[in-house]
Amino acid sequence: MPDQLLFAIEVTLNGLMAGVMYALVALGFVLIFKASGIFNYAQGVMALFAALTLVGIQQGQVPFAHLINATFGTEIHYFGWTVPSLLAIALTVVVMVGLAIAVEKLVLKHLVNQEPIILFMATIGLAYFLEGLGDIMWGADIKRMDVGLPQGLNTVIDDTTFGWFGYGFFIDNLDLIATAIAAGLVLALMIFSQYSREGRALRAVADDHQAALSVGISLQFIWILVWSIAGFVALVAGIMWGTKLGVQFSLSLIALKALPVLMLGGFTSIPGAIVGGLIIGVGEKLFEFLVGPLVGGATENWFAYVLALIFLVFRPQGLFGEKIIERV
Amino acid sequence: MKLKLTALALSALMAAGPAMAELVFPSLSYRTGPYGANGIPFADGYADYFTLLNERDGGIGGVMTRVPECETAYNTEKGVECYEATKGDNPLIYQPLSTGITYQLIPKVSADGFPLHTMGYGRTSAANGKIFEWVFNYPANYWDGASIAINYLLDENGGSLEGKKIALVYHNSAYGKEPIRTLQELAAKHGYELLEIPVDHPGQEQKSQWLQIRQQRPDFVLMWGWGVMNQVAIQEAANIRFPMENFIGVWWSGSENDVIPAGAGADGYKSLNMHNIGTDFPLYDDLKTHVYDAGMAAGAGDQMGTVLYNRGIYAAMLAAEAAKTAQEIHGTAQINAAQMRDGMEALEITEEKMAALGMPNFGPAFSVTCENHGGSGRAKIQQWDADTQTWTILTDWIDSDRSVIDPLIAADSAAYAAEAGVEERCN
Repeated sequence: MPDQLLFAIEVTLNGLMAGVMYALVALGFVLIFKASGIFNYAQGVMALFAALTLVGIQQGQVPFAHLINATFGTEIHYFGWTVPSLLAIALTVVVMVGLAIAVEKLVLKHLVNQEPIILFMATIGLAYFLEGLGDIMWGADIKRMDVGLPQGLNTVIDDTTFGWFGYGFFIDNLDLIATAIAAGLVLALMIFSQYSREGRALRAVADDHQAALSVGISLQFIWILVWSIAGFVALVAGIMWGTKLGVQFSLSLIALKALPVLMLGGFTSIPGAIVGGLIIGVGEKLFEFLVGPLVGGATENWFAYVLALIFLVFRPQGLFGEKIIERV
Repeated sequence: MKLKLTALALSALMAAGPAMAELVFPSLSYRTGPYGANGIPFADGYADYFTLLNERDGGIGGVMTRVPECETAYNTEKGVECYEATKGDNPLIYQPLSTGITYQLIPKVSADGFPLHTMGYGRTSAANGKIFEWVFNYPANYWDGASIAINYLLDENGGSLEGKKIALVYHNSAYGKEPIRTLQELAAKHGYELLEIPVDHPGQEQKSQWLQIRQQRPDFVLMWGWGVMNQVAIQEAANIRFPMENFIGVWWSGSENDVIPAGAGADGYKSLNMHNIGTDFPLYDDLKTHVYDAGMAAGAGDQMGTVLYNRGIYAAMLAAEAAKTAQEIHGTAQINAAQMRDGMEALEITEEKMAALGMPNFGPAFSVTCENHGGSGRAKIQQWDADTQTWTILTDWIDSDRSVIDPLIAADSAAYAAEAGVEERCN
């Protein structure tokens, strides 16, 4: 096979993997939008907050240490122990559930029946609050995410493809793991929503929350549940992206990568988030490979949005979104 | 009522009385947002140095210093707002630590008469003092950086880069594009092939770029990055098993923040640095005594000795030395911005002076003149050791290739002068 064709295949495979990473972020948006019609602007910051909390717990960091030291004149920064990764992840899940309860009690409960734009603005406020809280709790320095995930060249794929084509494909181990995790996550979410009582209640609220309320489903519980699940998804995205780029405040900007995925896949479909991610990932990488050199490169950011806009023109609700029918 | 009237009269008296003497060095810092991790150590170092001068020496020339901070979040609009908010406070010098803010401030400071010091960033051709009266970028600029990297590679490769392939991975912005022209000129001179690889802001996803590098197999990779772009690039380089000793970043891609996230993968990565590293300087003893132990350290007090903290100290030292020079020139301790500019233009940094300040060999020796606002254009190469989590300086000060850079500076500043209607000075 010609070298350029092999490279194009390698780019496509890596585009698919990058798409999975985008989809991991998009999933959190979809879950909350599907259940409550809220576009959660804070989803990217939730991923950052979850990652900061996980690393902080792992390293035995004292939360709010700077504040405590400034107030009491102490010099404490660490407890002096480290926490194993799995336990730290479990504790972070508890924190994210606590955050979901706080969001419901302090924000959402007071905004029931408000216009979607009001709820959207509330999530903007939440995003900035969480960013500041993360900073005060865990500090602004860049931290290393180490939960034992392998990273770098997969030598099996490299050796195998080299044997076949005389050209070894680069596939990142972290991307392979992200793919497996995303597949597992989607499967678990689908099983949960199809077969569990809570999942069915969640779907009922998503379909018609007034009707769901009339049959005794607690909106309060559903909101806590869905924000907890979104918090868990944010933690997964935070772990994967944090391993890739370090745990730092730029992590919240990964939301920018999820937006075209949502536009393309639809705001209400979990499979849509995955398929949308794959299309965006492959599309932007191939465009960069084929057209990038002709226009000076660095096309990926804007091309993802152009691709999403093209899809929007033909299918405004996204590929898998529910068709908008307004009856008058 | 009587109490209110008394308070009112007292405040009116205070306002009418002579202002308390002080030298104001505004700090346009960024402690929040995506670039906060880099802004914090610089701002802490800058503030701690002036605190030391106040506590140990009673200020500069007997006049206390003040460093009012204004948060820019590395946002150009906020940076301009900070400038407008602080310019009524009799500031002596602005150091915005952002090329974007610098470009916005150049016409403003030139009109308002405030010196702007952009140490190793900003508009490169501001090194030409004949055109840029109020702007200084000593001790080195981006084009110096590009040339120093190439000179280092020349030295490492027996004086020849003929037939070599060098990739430049750069932030796709005015900042990242700065070294391209210089590297192109140097490619023509030394016979290497230049591969230009842009990365879009903020640079979290660079798979395409590093696949291209893996396919094209350059001998060396240079990087002009900032923030998350640096961490991702170093991680991706490790992922594709690019030899890290052949990967060199500019001085804005060479802090602990850039290498720590990649763990062992970053071992061997190199970068330029315009100043020395670590805490092994007598200055740090004074800082400990008068600032840290006195509980007066800026921020969380946890940045001492990091690359960017030392850069903040270095920037503050250069500002303080210029202020001293201005005081000597004008025979007054309470200098104003115009006098500070004169001090910057007459600044001489010698090894003796740095040693006397407790900072031996901390930066290059250089002189500023009316014509040359860019200093000596020298830097060192440092290398990261992932095991010990430390940088090690590999070289002495490396000169840049003036025969290539000076004509570029002359051409770019002449274009600016024509566009802005600036008359050449220093004649």
